[in-house]
Amino acid sequence: MQKTISFPHMGNYNVPIENMLRHIFAGHKIMTAPNITKRTLELGSKHSPDFVCVPFKYNLGNYIEALESGANVLIQAGGGCRYGYYAEVQEQILRDLGYKFEFVKLMSGKVNPVDLYRVSKRIGTPLSFGRFLYFVLLAIDMVKKLDELEAYIRENVGFEVVEGSLERLHAELLERLKRVDCFKELRAVYKTYGEKIRGVEINKPDDCLKVGIVGELYTLMEPFSNFFLERELAKSRIQVSRFITVTYLLFEKSRMKKKTLKSAGRYLKYELGADGTDSVEKSKTLAEKGYDGMIHVKPFGCIPEINAMPVLQNISRDYKMPILYFSFDSQTSETGIKTRLEAFIDMITMRKEKGV
Amino acid sequence: MTVGIPRAMLYYRYGVLWETFLKELGCDVITSGETNRKTLRDGVNFSIDESCLASKIFMGHVYSLIGRCDYILIPRVVSYGTNNSVCTKFNAIYDIVKNTFDNVKILDYNIDAKNGKREAGSFIRMGKTLGSSLPKAFFAYKKAKRTQQLSEKQRFETQQMELDGCRGLKILVVSHPYNTYDRLVGYPIAEYIRRLGGLPVYADITDRKQSIAKSKELSESLYWIYNKELIGSIKLLENKVDGIILLTAFPCGPDSLVNELIMRKSKKVPTINIVLDELQGEAGLQTRIESFMDIIRERANIA
Repeated sequence: MQKTISFPHMGNYNVPIENMLRHIFAGHKIMTAPNITKRTLELGSKHSPDFVCVPFKYNLGNYIEALESGANVLIQAGGGCRYGYYAEVQEQILRDLGYKFEFVKLMSGKVNPVDLYRVSKRIGTPLSFGRFLYFVLLAIDMVKKLDELEAYIRENVGFEVVEGSLERLHAELLERLKRVDCFKELRAVYKTYGEKIRGVEINKPDDCLKVGIVGELYTLMEPFSNFFLERELAKSRIQVSRFITVTYLLFEKSRMKKKTLKSAGRYLKYELGADGTDSVEKSKTLAEKGYDGMIHVKPFGCIPEINAMPVLQNISRDYKMPILYFSFDSQTSETGIKTRLEAFIDMITMRKEKGV
Repeated sequence: MTVGIPRAMLYYRYGVLWETFLKELGCDVITSGETNRKTLRDGVNFSIDESCLASKIFMGHVYSLIGRCDYILIPRVVSYGTNNSVCTKFNAIYDIVKNTFDNVKILDYNIDAKNGKREAGSFIRMGKTLGSSLPKAFFAYKKAKRTQQLSEKQRFETQQMELDGCRGLKILVVSHPYNTYDRLVGYPIAEYIRRLGGLPVYADITDRKQSIAKSKELSESLYWIYNKELIGSIKLLENKVDGIILLTAFPCGPDSLVNELIMRKSKKVPTINIVLDELQGEAGLQTRIESFMDIIRERANIA
């Protein structure tokens, strides 16, 4: 029987994930959940516990819309703070709603290639272990290359001589990546687009405003959930730096743990849980580099990031660097966010002019 | 040397252990008073507004101890083993206090069994900080641990006896001990139940090992050990009680998901989910408990 496999959204990572699943489950249908809209969030909130963090609600909305469009295999990962427990509760909620589906849980700490292969075999991959591993590695490489190019775009978008050229190339790149079938092709695409993207003429003054974004991973990486914060900043010609990417979380974070804590210096003795420590360390590092401000984003009630906030307040005071705190929930008003962001941008602009 | 213990959070789990240990080492121990309106108000003032009620109350207790002792005891807990971790609030509470109050000296210990930091070793290290020799700290810990286990056993047996002897409605209060026994949070609820002729039964008073094993029946993938103990307790006691109250401090991370799952999966006994925050009015709470117990009585009459 042909299955329809679906998974929730996060930023642009649906591209490498869909690519990987398409290769692994040849013969089955792969369907990225329908794009996130207001309806997604409404559906998700309606069936979610009241004060669960908002990524849960987005994920659940994605699942419901995917099921409505015919999906019958859903994938959820997990790990860290509350995220590790999403899967079980979401499955229960969807079953109570009467949907029929297969739920695949990939829990952190238990994910290794052999287990992944076993799970994939159960869903129905025709591939040998070698070929399977090949496409997993291909997807990982794609994530790394995508993260690298996106980091460059993030720091330069808004400063192009021809407005919108980076965004256009970015969209083209994502489309092209969807069709990549092997490492050779991936390298070629990376080279071509890398050159094109770095070749875009940039007019960035050395003393442009620089802002770092830290916080919880989902609200950082899924633009819909933060009201396209990065795009808004780019429009105001502000250089944006963000460090939390899937590459960082999967391949660098655990290796850097001790270093991160040490670099947080006198502000921390212990780790704060999930990405709280990173938020603190990055804010401190960027403050030392002379950034003009930081923006801290999180879903309402995100415990690790709330843990980081008293520390961030101290960093803000000690280095005289303003920090703007955003908390996102299903009830957050877009106007409220925009107004606060505008005021923040005005403030750091004026500080810069006065040379504070 | 005087060590202050905040009467909040893990105090309700480890109070006896801490007090015995510190007294064995020759320290004077003061424990902050029961939570009152002022503790809560101070706690709210010194907390990020989105923090959970329990951690706000904790900050209030810490504040009340500043200036009254040489050290304030604040443990840091991450895990008791693989798949037995705790809410990240307990990972960070030391650094939160450190970053909130400038003038505070903290006595801390760290439990992260998954990464080799066990309770015994941490206590001995803490004893060294307090200036005692290694053997002295070791024996103090041993004694403290025994006293703690004894007191837990006693409470367990008392509850079992009360359960067997009770003819009224038995209501299981499922909540973290720092909610259940807090003067402002859970205590009034237990009082209402008693006043209405019921017996409050506490889910945290349980055989922990048995509870954790039993929790698998309700949830496969749960990894918060405190919640495991609580939901296992539901399974162990569901045939002995008439109603279940799930009591949560807003916006508790683990409870937000676990209680949802309990409401959906545990259907044997009538259950209500009560969420408390610092704006709670007493009348509303009383009404809810009253009507809940009325409904249970009516159901019993009809049956």
